Amino acid sequence: MIFDLATYVLTALGLVFFTAGTVGLIRFPDTFSRLHALTKADNLGLGFIALGVAFQVESLAQIATLALIWALALLAAGTVAQLVARAALTTSQEDE
Amino acid sequence: MNLTVFALTGAALVGLGVYGLLALPHLLRRVIAFNLTGSGLFLFFGAAGARVGVLDAIPQALIITGIVVALSASALAVGLVVALARSSGKVVLPDEDPSP
Amino acid sequence: MTLALDLALCALILGVALAAVAGAGVFRAVIFFITYGLFVAIGWARLGAYDVALAEAAIGAGLTGVLLLAAHGRLRRMQADTTERRSPTLSAALAGGAIALALGWAWFALPAPQPPDVAQALPQTGVGNPVTAVLLNFRAWDTLLESIVLLAALLGVWMLARDADWNAPLGPRYHARPDGVLAYFGRFLPPIGLSFGVYLVWAGAESVGGAFQGGTVLAGVVLVAMMAQLLRPPRVSQAMLRAALVLGPGVFLLSGLAAVGLGREFLSLSPAIAKSAILIIEAALTISIAVTLALLVIGPAEDPEPGR
Repeated sequence: MIFDLATYVLTALGLVFFTAGTVGLIRFPDTFSRLHALTKADNLGLGFIALGVAFQVESLAQIATLALIWALALLAAGTVAQLVARAALTTSQEDE
Repeated sequence: MNLTVFALTGAALVGLGVYGLLALPHLLRRVIAFNLTGSGLFLFFGAAGARVGVLDAIPQALIITGIVVALSASALAVGLVVALARSSGKVVLPDEDPSP
Repeated sequence: MTLALDLALCALILGVALAAVAGAGVFRAVIFFITYGLFVAIGWARLGAYDVALAEAAIGAGLTGVLLLAAHGRLRRMQADTTERRSPTLSAALAGGAIALALGWAWFALPAPQPPDVAQALPQTGVGNPVTAVLLNFRAWDTLLESIVLLAALLGVWMLARDADWNAPLGPRYHARPDGVLAYFGRFLPPIGLSFGVYLVWAGAESVGGAFQGGTVLAGVVLVAMMAQLLRPPRVSQAMLRAALVLGPGVFLLSGLAAVGLGREFLSLSPAIAKSAILIIEAALTISIAVTLALLVIGPAEDPEPGR
C-alpha cells in the first residue's frame, strides 16, 4: 500500500519533469536552450519514473535492470546533446 | 476490443502508407511511407494472431522476419535514392519532376 | 482502463505516422518516423509480443532511423535539389482510404481463430522460447532464406558504388575529434553493448531475445565504434569480412544438409541434439546478421577524398 503510494507520487513527479522538458523543447528559442530543457528535465523525469517503478519490483535483479536502463539513457542523452550542440554551433558559425 | 483498436490502427497505417507512396514525390519520404505500410500490415497481422489469447509464436516469428526484410529493402532503396541524387542532382523520379 | 491506454497509444501511433507522411520537411519526417517506431514497439509490448517489440525498437526505429538520417545528411551534402512540390493527391487519398477501409472490413470478416499448436510440440524443439523454436526449427526455411535475403540486399547496396570507388573503404568518412565526447562514448559503449547483445542471443533460447535482436544490438555497437573512428570501415575485398558475412547462412545450410545426410528431412533437427544445434546456428547467424546489418546501414564504398 505504502509502496503503491510511493509509485504514484514518484511517477507523477517524473511526469511533471517530462512535461516541463517538452514545454521547453517547444517554447525555447534556440537549439542550446532546447537541449538544456530536454536533457535536464527528461533525465530527471526518467529517474523519478524508474524510482517509482522500483517500488513495484519482485526481485533485486529488476531494480538493477531499472538502474542500468536509467544510467544508459542518461549516458546516451548526454552524448547526443553534446553532439547536437556541436553540430548546431558549427552550422551557426558557417552561417555568419 | 483492445485487439480491434490495434487492428484498425494497422489498417489506417496501411492506408496512410499507400497514400504517401502514391502522393509524395520525394523519394526518401516514399521509403518512409513504404515502411509505414509494412508496419501497419504487421500490426494488423499481429492483432489477428493474438485473438486466441496471447500472440501466437508463428505470427511473431513471421513479423520479426518481415521487419528484418523491410530493413534490407529500405537499405537498398535508400542506396538507390542516393545514387540517383549523385547522378542527376534530384531526389524525385525523372518522369515526376515538375521542373523542366 | 487498459482500453483507454491502448486507445491513447494508437492515437499517438497514428498521429506521428501522419506527421511522418504529411509534415513539413524531410528531416522532420525522418524524426517522426523514428518516434513512430518506438511507439509501435510499445504497441507490440501491449500485445504481449516482446520479441517483436525488441526487433521493432532495434531495427524498425533504430537502424532504419540511422539509415534515413544518414541518407538525409548525404543528400544535403550533395546539395541535391530537395525542394518539395505537392502533386494532385485526391486519387492517392482515395486509393489509401479504400485500402484502409477494405482492411478494416476484413478484420470483422476474419474467420474464427484456431488455437495454436506450437506449445504442444515445444519440448521437442530444444528451446523454451516458442518464437525461437519457430524461427530456428519449425520454420527454419524462412530464416535461412531471410539470412540470404540480407546478403543479397547487401550485394545490391555494394553494386551502387562507382567503379573507381569499388575497393575504397565502405560508407562515408566520419569525423570524430580524438578527445571528443563521441570518442569517449565509442570506448564506453562497446563492452556494455557486446555483453547485452550476446545476452540477448543466449537468453533468446528460453525467454525474450534471439539472434536478430542480439545481432542488431551488436550492429549498433559496430556503427557507434565506426562513427567514433575507433573501428576502421572495412573494404569489400577483405577475406575476413566476406567470411563473417557467409558464416551464418553457411552454417545454417550445412546443418540442413547434415540432416539430409543422417536420413532426416532437410533443415529438420533431431530432438536429441536440437538445443546445441540451435545454439551453434544462432551464434553463427548472429555474427553474420551483426556485420550485414551494420554494412547495410553504412552503405556502399565512397570516394575517400570527395572534392579532390
